[in-house]
Amino acid sequence: MDFALSEEQKMLEASLRGFLADRLPMGRRRAIAAAGSGHDAELWTGLVAQGLAGLIIPERHGGAGLGILDAAVAAECLGYHAVPGPFAASVVMASLALQASGTEAQQAAWLPKIASGEVRIAVGFASPVGQTGIAKVALEGTRLSGRVQSAIDGGGATHVLVFLETGQPALAAVDAKGVRATLLASLDRTRPLLDVSLEGAPAIVLSAANDALAARTRVLDAGRVMLAADTLGAAQSMLDQAVAFAKERVQFGRPIGSFQAVKHTLADLATTLEPCRALVWFAAHAQDALPDEARVSALQAKAHLDDVGREVARLATEVHGGMGFTDLQGLHYWWKRIDTNRQLLGTPERCRHEAALVQGWISS
Amino acid sequence: MELAYSEQYRALQGEVRAFIAKYGHLSPKPGGGRQRPSKKALDWQKLLLEHGYFARNIPAEYGGFGLPLDVLELAVIAEEIAKGGVYPGIMNQGISMLVPTLLEVGTKEQCAQWIERTIRGEVIWCQGYSEPESGSDLAAARTKADVVDGHFVINGQKIWTSSAHYSDMMFLLCRTEPDQPKHKGLSYLLVPMNAPGIEVRPLVTMTGRATFNETFFTNVRVPTDQIVMGRGEGWHVANVTLKYERLLLGDANRLSARLARIRELMERTNLDGQRVMDIPEYRDRLMRLQGEVMASKYHGLRLLTEQARGEDSGLKRLIVKYNGTLLGYRLSSLAVDVLGAAGLAYDAKDEAAETDEATAWHIDNMYDIGLMIGGGSTNIQKNIIAERGLGLPREPKTAPATRS
Ligand SMILES: Cc1cc2nc3c(=O)[nH]c(=O)nc-3n(C[C@H](O)[C@H](O)[C@H](O)COP(=O)(O)OP(=O)(O)OC[C@H]3O[C@@H](n4cnc5c(N)ncnc54)[C@H](O)[C@@H]3O)c2cc1C
Repeated sequence: MDFALSEEQKMLEASLRGFLADRLPMGRRRAIAAAGSGHDAELWTGLVAQGLAGLIIPERHGGAGLGILDAAVAAECLGYHAVPGPFAASVVMASLALQASGTEAQQAAWLPKIASGEVRIAVGFASPVGQTGIAKVALEGTRLSGRVQSAIDGGGATHVLVFLETGQPALAAVDAKGVRATLLASLDRTRPLLDVSLEGAPAIVLSAANDALAARTRVLDAGRVMLAADTLGAAQSMLDQAVAFAKERVQFGRPIGSFQAVKHTLADLATTLEPCRALVWFAAHAQDALPDEARVSALQAKAHLDDVGREVARLATEVHGGMGFTDLQGLHYWWKRIDTNRQLLGTPERCRHEAALVQGWISS
Repeated sequence: MELAYSEQYRALQGEVRAFIAKYGHLSPKPGGGRQRPSKKALDWQKLLLEHGYFARNIPAEYGGFGLPLDVLELAVIAEEIAKGGVYPGIMNQGISMLVPTLLEVGTKEQCAQWIERTIRGEVIWCQGYSEPESGSDLAAARTKADVVDGHFVINGQKIWTSSAHYSDMMFLLCRTEPDQPKHKGLSYLLVPMNAPGIEVRPLVTMTGRATFNETFFTNVRVPTDQIVMGRGEGWHVANVTLKYERLLLGDANRLSARLARIRELMERTNLDGQRVMDIPEYRDRLMRLQGEVMASKYHGLRLLTEQARGEDSGLKRLIVKYNGTLLGYRLSSLAVDVLGAAGLAYDAKDEAAETDEATAWHIDNMYDIGLMIGGGSTNIQKNIIAERGLGLPREPKTAPATRS
């Protein structure tokens, strides 16, 4: 029994952290967010060089051949640094979908391009996953028609992958005829969503999975774990920023961090947030190695981090006083990230309901 | 990350299972423990000790099993015992707090004198820390001990002394160096409860039962060698003890077991003709708690791993008591709500009370508040988390040193 990150995972974390601390100061984040494209070629090239894009792609297809736990470690770093750019959907869910539902030839055609960073895939669902909005797509032959309102990882997307009601994923290029992909001016400007309208769009349907719905569920749960890990990182960053601020800011002649009300607020946040890390690790590890625990842990990790994240976001902002409310301080990038993660791939209420169903505590 | 146990631990698993299959029928019912151990509990304790499922790492010369510490072995044993539904052994303040304290800072003679009889359940200890005027501000204790011809002569009062009414011994924090500053004037003494001059008066708790007491000392004499570490070092010793108490109070296994019981309760309880489990508002409360219990449980595994590697867990360890006791309280609150009006019959007077499901949940629910107050209240925990864990500045000191 060894419940800890491996040396390699710690190295991955340290190297990503170092890279991001160096390359993504607040000014850079702000500039990329202001441009609104959710994609910055230079930053993306650097991240690809770090091995981010091919993290979970098998080595024979040009990736690092790692697992969901490794991806969760990366997602936490991305959340911590509020990184503008695609990951949860484009890197993790799309790669998994191709591996689960693509033929050998389809995998050989696409996975290397994902790993090299050349292809970036926004992901949407045309079936209930616990998200509001329009999500209805029909397949006729190999042509798609319909609309998915908020596909994830729109920033720099070259393609969109839509999960049909049957569970099969269908891949279309955003610039193909019959595809209208509109990047939304999203709440979280670092990771804008994509509104995808399809009118007889040519698509590649991935139908090699034995059980398409089960394969879809695995991709969805992995996505939930990524969002949970991202929120974990974002919340940790907000807490660290609030602790640092509380040590510096002086009022009534003493650092505000010596006032018990402030101190206890931060102690509360640390107490609720720290165990979340173990939950996220477990849920990620379960996707890799514990099929019986995979569903419930993904749902609970998503739901719990959504709630804890929101609480951390509120109170960490409040600790900063008026400064917390400003654009200048930039705390809002993390706030928006946490709120966005909450609304995607199943709100906490929906995830908890589903977790009860999965455990047979209620019948559908 | 590897959650399966290796060969060595699976072998131990099998060994414990075989033990339970063979002897399980001799086990007393788990739970209870707010009284002197019964004959059955003492016999079971002996069996556990003989097999190394209790006091596994305490040196054999002090009555333990004498194996080096392996936290994973302890986790395997605890898991199997919980799964088997047998009594994990006697849990009291002597065993979980005094014994590790003596092992850490006591003399060989003290260890030899007390540990074996304590872990066998023969000597029961109580904790004499809190006083009417010093609770959270423990270092302000005023109960004093003067040295007169080779003896400490103790005068003063302790309060909230759990189990003092049936204890044999007390570990007592008192002031022996009145001229020293507050924290440097304390000593940690070992006091027989039958010494002349000790009077124990029961205090009824909010549950309706008398589980703690006031303890009065009038010229109580104890030989001067009955001290752990030296004169004036009591504050250090007391903090060693508190460290063990706080880890005990935040135990996550207890939380998982509770969650499972509440789930089952919600499946068989009806409200307005509907299973409570089918009512979304109640179910969402359960599901939220499940997420939190899972987080606490895996956090426990993370700590266990760090402990096995000899790493310092810092903040991660400091949050355990506050996190665990608050979560425990919220769990028992849900149970009480599910039981609802039909669960309001409450008569806690005799020990049989704990066999009535609703009464036991109400007792637990109230006791959970006690756990949040005892062993360093929630606010004190938050101070510790913020100051030692997050490195926030300390409160400006205002209180002058206490003089008796
Ligand atoms: C069930 C139970 C069993 C117990 N068993 C024992 C026992 O066996 N032996 C023993 O010695 N004691 C025992 N205690 C006593 C326990 O340790 C004390 O009750 C506890 O330390 C609090 O002290 P107090 O009751 O004097 O409250 P106070 O210290 O008066 O605290 C009252 C309130 O003020 C708050 N407060 C105090 N100081 C601060 C501060 N600096 N900052 C913010 N808030 C503050 C506290 O959090 C609390 O909410 C037990 C208590 C309970 C409830």
